[in-house]
Amino acid sequence: MRFEYKVEGGDFTQAGNAASAIKKTLKQLGVDPVVIKRVVVALYEAEVNIVAHAWRGVIYADIEGSGIKLRLEDEGPGIPDIGKAMTRGFSTASEGVREMGFGAGMGLPNISENADEFHIDTVVGEGTTLNIGIRF
Amino acid sequence: MTVKEVAERLGLTVFSGAAGLEREVTGGYTSDLLSDVMGFAREGQLWVTLQTHRNAMGVASLKELAAIVLVKGFRPDDDTISSSEDEGIPILGSDLPAFELSGRLYELLR
Repeated sequence: MRFEYKVEGGDFTQAGNAASAIKKTLKQLGVDPVVIKRVVVALYEAEVNIVAHAWRGVIYADIEGSGIKLRLEDEGPGIPDIGKAMTRGFSTASEGVREMGFGAGMGLPNISENADEFHIDTVVGEGTTLNIGIRF
Repeated sequence: MTVKEVAERLGLTVFSGAAGLEREVTGGYTSDLLSDVMGFAREGQLWVTLQTHRNAMGVASLKELAAIVLVKGFRPDDDTISSSEDEGIPILGSDLPAFELSGRLYELLR
């Protein structure tokens, strides 16, 4: 099963919609609730990252019997220093984004902790692609 | 203890989401950082915060929290209220600051 969601940068009214849709699907499929919780956290954070940092992006979710693979491709500023970006508490989010309670510097670490596989490809000035794998 | 009982015991305002008032409360989590709540709050908890916007309800729904409790007299935004009604997750409110409200909640639930 493959799902695709478009994400617009800066549009916080839609943030979390993909995570919510995937959560519903996984519940219907009878996936272990503990695994669903991990998928939801990882996908929500990655989705919010596109809204908060990128210009636009697409989320691809492939659900198979053995697990879920998420691919989040964005057109955006890229990540100049992945090591820093992975550090809990480090954030480049704008003041407005922080006031909403986002931009705590916990997004990528939260993804990493909940994923079985996690890979970042990024080109500064062009965009970032996250690949996240979680086994059922 | 249910959300309703907690609301009564602590004199909380019920702004919206009355459909979820009979839900059992398993504990509480206090934070204004959405990623902190995403990462560390647990299903069935009350979330004490000053975040009034719709994304707060989005997080509450994804994490299956029992209710949001707004502090210091904050009121939910209109679209947060409609989202709360859709999800059946109550938004409660108190005039107390987060520290005091969390203290009272802790005493009540421990």
